[in-house]
Amino acid sequence: MGNYPADLKYTKEHEWARMEGNRARVGITAYAQEQLGDVVFVELPKVGTKVSQMQPFGVVESVKAVSDLFAPLSGEVVEVNAELVKKPELVNQDPYGKGWMLVIQVSSPQEANALLTAQQYEEFLAKGGH
Amino acid sequence: MPGYDKLIFELSSPGRIGYSLPAADVPASDPKELLPSKHLRATPPELPEVSEFDVVRHYSRLSQMNYGVDTHFYPLGSCTMKYNPKINEDMARLGGFARLHPLAPEACAQGALQLMWELGQDLAEIAGMDAVSLQPAAGAQGELAGVLMIRAYHLARGERRTKVLVPDSAHGTNPASTAIAGYRVVQLKSDSEGGADLMDLERSLDEEVAALMITVPNTLGLFEPRILEISEMCHAKGTQVYMDGANLNAILGITRPGDLGFDVCHFNLHKTFTTPHGGGGPGAGPVGVKAHLEPFLPTPVVTKTDDAYALDWKRPQSIGKLQAFWGNFGMLVRAYTYIRTMGPDGLRAVADNAILNANYLMKRLEPYYDLPHPGPCMHECVFSARRQKKLGVSAMDVAKRLLDLGFYAPSTYFPLIVEEALMIEPTETESKETLDAFCDAMIQIAREAESNPQVIHDAPQTTPVRRLDQTLAARQPDLRWRPRRA
Amino acid sequence: MRYISNTSAQQKEMLRSIGAASLEDLLSPIPSKARLSRPLNLPAALAEADLIRHMRRLASRNADADEVVCFLGGGAYDHYIPSPINHLISRGEFFTAYTPYQPEASQGTLRTIYEYQTMIAELTGMDVANASIYDGASSLAEAALMAHSATEGRAELVISRGVNPLHRQVVAAYAEGPALRMKEIPISDGATDLAALKKAVSGKTAAVIIQSPNFFGCLEDVQAAADICHGGGALMIVATDPVSLGLLTPPGALGADIVVGEGQGLGVPLSYGGPNLGVFATTTDLIRRLPGRLVGATVDRDGKRGFVLTLQTREQHIRREKATSNICTNVALCALMATIYVALLGKQGLRKVGELALAKAHYAAEALTKIPGVRLRFTAPFFKEFVLQLPKSPERVVKRLAKEKILAGIPLKPFDRTLKDCLLVAVTEKRTRQEIDMFVQALSQAVA
Repeated sequence: MGNYPADLKYTKEHEWARMEGNRARVGITAYAQEQLGDVVFVELPKVGTKVSQMQPFGVVESVKAVSDLFAPLSGEVVEVNAELVKKPELVNQDPYGKGWMLVIQVSSPQEANALLTAQQYEEFLAKGGH
Repeated sequence: MPGYDKLIFELSSPGRIGYSLPAADVPASDPKELLPSKHLRATPPELPEVSEFDVVRHYSRLSQMNYGVDTHFYPLGSCTMKYNPKINEDMARLGGFARLHPLAPEACAQGALQLMWELGQDLAEIAGMDAVSLQPAAGAQGELAGVLMIRAYHLARGERRTKVLVPDSAHGTNPASTAIAGYRVVQLKSDSEGGADLMDLERSLDEEVAALMITVPNTLGLFEPRILEISEMCHAKGTQVYMDGANLNAILGITRPGDLGFDVCHFNLHKTFTTPHGGGGPGAGPVGVKAHLEPFLPTPVVTKTDDAYALDWKRPQSIGKLQAFWGNFGMLVRAYTYIRTMGPDGLRAVADNAILNANYLMKRLEPYYDLPHPGPCMHECVFSARRQKKLGVSAMDVAKRLLDLGFYAPSTYFPLIVEEALMIEPTETESKETLDAFCDAMIQIAREAESNPQVIHDAPQTTPVRRLDQTLAARQPDLRWRPRRA
Repeated sequence: MRYISNTSAQQKEMLRSIGAASLEDLLSPIPSKARLSRPLNLPAALAEADLIRHMRRLASRNADADEVVCFLGGGAYDHYIPSPINHLISRGEFFTAYTPYQPEASQGTLRTIYEYQTMIAELTGMDVANASIYDGASSLAEAALMAHSATEGRAELVISRGVNPLHRQVVAAYAEGPALRMKEIPISDGATDLAALKKAVSGKTAAVIIQSPNFFGCLEDVQAAADICHGGGALMIVATDPVSLGLLTPPGALGADIVVGEGQGLGVPLSYGGPNLGVFATTTDLIRRLPGRLVGATVDRDGKRGFVLTLQTREQHIRREKATSNICTNVALCALMATIYVALLGKQGLRKVGELALAKAHYAAEALTKIPGVRLRFTAPFFKEFVLQLPKSPERVVKRLAKEKILAGIPLKPFDRTLKDCLLVAVTEKRTRQEIDMFVQALSQAVA
C-alpha cells in the first residue's frame, strides 16, 4: 500500500491534516497527487481567510484537471505555502513535507474526530477512493 | 522535408518592408501638429520588418505543419470535420458580400438581408422551429442566447427559476453557458445504455428547473429513444427543453428538433453546414426557437415587408445583442451556398451517409476496441481503449500513433463518462476506401499494443515535433516571443 | 451529389458488412412518431453555374466598398487588405484544420497564434494576449465578466457613453446572468466626463470601461480615467482600435488592466459585420482569469521548440460551469489574417497607416466644415473618425449621397437622440484626396 503516515488525519477528499498544537498543517495525500499527475498550479486563500470543515478553500490543477481543495478543519488560515506558486511540483515530490499548503488556527478541535485515521483512509482507498 | 523552426519575428531585418500603402495625397502634416503629444506612442511596437515574399514563404511553411481536412482524414467526434466546398469560398468573397459595411443603409444591403432572411427560413424548416436568429458567433454563444431567452421567457411569466439540468455526457460549453446566464447547473446521470436516466430526471425536475439541455444524438453517438417522453416530462413542469445542435448532421431530413419537442436549438454552421473550422473558428451558431420564445430573440431581427428586407430593432422583450453586428455573415453566405447546393434530397443523403459510414466503421473496429455502448450508432461512435490501457497503451497513445499513420486523431477522453474514450465521427464526405484505410491503421495499432507497444509510445515520429511537454508549458507560461538577449 | 463519395454499390456493400438489410434498420432508435414523413421544404438543389448566377445577383444588390466611396465606421472600417492574406489563409492546411488540440499535427496554427499573441501584446502594451474572442463587443463583455470575478464579485460596471453603443448593448446582455449593474458616464465635448466618473467610482465598482479612440472618434484621457479607477480598487478596461496603435500611445502604458478591441481593421474583410476579431490582452497577474484559448511555447521529447494550447484548466471543456468563459470556437482564422497583416505592415507600416488615416481624416474634417452650416460637433482631439453636425437631416443626406455612390457616414440619432443632427464620418488611409473632395462637393450640394 501507499505512503500514509500514521500521525496524520485524512479526509475522503484526499487532504491530510497534521495537528501542531492548536494549529493544523494541511496538504493533499500521495494518492491525490498521483491521481492528478504533474501539478502545475495551486490556488490558496490569503492569510486571515476563514475556512470551514469540508468546504473548498482553493484549487489544485494539473495540465488537464482541476480539483477543489477541502478544509479538513474549520478555522483561520495563518500561513500559506508561498513556495508552491513558483514550485507547484513540490506537491508531487513531497506531498507531506515541502508540498504542504496551509496552516489553520483550528477553531473547533473536536472536528478532528470526524477525520479518518491512516488505516481508515487506506481502507477507503481500497474500496475505490470515492 | 527538413524542419522549419522560425517565427516571423526571427526573420526581421531593419528597414525591410512588405506593404504598399496609398499615397499621402493630402497636405502633409506632422501628427504632432494634429494631436497632443501625450497621445502619440513614444516607442514603436516591436513588430517584424519583413518582405512580402518572406511572409508568403513563412506562412506557407507553417501551413505545412498542420493536418487539415483537405489533406488528412479528420475523424474528430463531435466536430463534424467534413469537406468544406470550394464554391462556398468563392461566393463569400464576392465583393457585394465581402466588402459590404454592416452599417450601410438598408437600401444598399438588400441582397445580404435577403440571404439572411432566406437562411433563417431554411434553418427553421430544417429544425422544425418557428424563428431563427443568425446572430450568435458560435455554438457556445448560441447556447447563451438560448438560455437567456428561456430566462427572459420565465421572467416574463413571473417565474424566477434557478436551475438548469445538464447530463454528465454534455459538451463543456453547456454547463459553462448556463452558468454565465445566471443558473445553477444540476448534473443528470446517464443510464447504462448511455441515454438520459429517466429516474434521475424525474427526481430532479421541479418548478425551479428552467431548462433541460441535451444533445441529440447524444455525445455517445446514440439517438435517445425516449426523447418524446423526456420533453413531455419537462413541459409538464413548465421546463423548457434545449437541444445542443452539435450533432444535427445525423438527423437532417430524418427528424427535426421541433418535432421532438424542443423549444430551442442551436446550429453549428461550421459543423453541419460546411463552413470551415479555420484552426478554431470563426464559426456561426444560429439559434432556432418555437413561437413562444420569438419575442425574446436577439436584436435586430431580419424582416421582410412587401419586397424590402429590413433590420427590426423594435423588440422590447429581446435579450439584446450578443455581437456588435448581425452575425458572422461570411459564414452565413457559405452555409446558404451549401444548402442551395444540396437541396432537400441532398441534405437527407448527408444524414444517411453519415450514419452509414459511422456504423460501418464501428462494425469493423468492434472486435479490436471495447464498445461500451453498442449501436446502431448515428453519425459517430465511441470506443474505449481500456483493453489497450491494460497493456500500457492509452487513448492518447492511440491518437499519437494515428498521426504517424497519416490520420488526424479521434476526439479523446470525451465524453467524460467513457473511460479512455476514442470518439470517432467519419462524416458523409469520406469514402469507403478512406474508412478502410483508417480502420486498417486502428487495427494495426491494436495489434501493436499487444506485440510492440514501444512503437506506439515513441509516436509520433513523422510530425514536425514529437510529444510536447505540456507540464512545462503550464508551469512556466511562455505566451509571447521576446528577442533573445545578446 | 458531389460531396458524398460512396457509390450506391459501396453503400450496399457497407450495409451488408454491418448486417443491416437497409438504412432503415440503422434508424430504428428514432421513434416513427417523430420522423419527418416528407422531404424538407427547401428550394431544389442548384447546379454550380446556376448557383453562381443566383449569388451574384444577390451580391449585386449590396454596396461593395470597392465600388462606392465608404466613409462608414462605427466599429467596422474599410482599411487596406494586402493581397497575400487571402492567398495564405485559403491554404487548406490552415483553413480546414480544427482547433489545435493535437499539437504535433497543428504546429502551423499554434505558431501563428503565438505570433498573434505577441503582436497584440506589443501593440496594446500589455503582458499577454489570448488567441481571440468573437468580436470587439463580446471581448468587452468578457472583460467585464473577468473584472467581476477578479474583484471577488463586485457587481457594478462604470461605463462611458463614449463606448460604442452596440458594444454596450452586448455588455448589457452578458451582464444579465450575473446581475451586474451598469452605471453610464456622460461625455463632455466628445470625451468621458472625468468629474462624473470620479463621482461614480466606489468600492462596489468592478471595472471602469472606456474606449479610445471612442465611438465619436475622440481620444480619451486614459491615464486620468485609470487613476480614478484604481483609486476605487477597480480594474481598468480599455477598448481600443488596434489599427491606431502603430501611432497612438498603447493603453498598457496608460494604466489599463485589460485591453480589448475590434481587430477587423487588421486585414479582416468587412463582410457585413462578421466574422470579426475580438482582441483581448491583460497583465501577467490576471492570466488565470483570462477567457479563451492561449498558446504557449514548450519543448518536445527531443528538446525541440514546440507550441501547445496551455492553461486549459480555465476553459469550459475542463472546468465546465466554473470556467472563466463559455467560449470554445473563437475566430482563429481572423486572428491569422491579422497576424499576416501585422507581419506585412510591420513596425513602419502600421505607423504609416495611422499617420495617413490621421492626416486624411483631418483634411476631410477641415474641408467639410468649410461648408456653410456644417461644423464639428466636438473639439476633443480625434484619430480617424469625427462627428459632423449638419444643417439638414443626416438620414436624408445619407440617402441622397448613397445615390451618388458615396456612403457618407452613420446618422447618430438611433444611438443618441441629443445627436439627432449629427453624422459620424470615418476616413481611413484608403480614401484619396479626390474622393474626399468629391464628398465635400456632394455634401455641400445636399445641405445647400
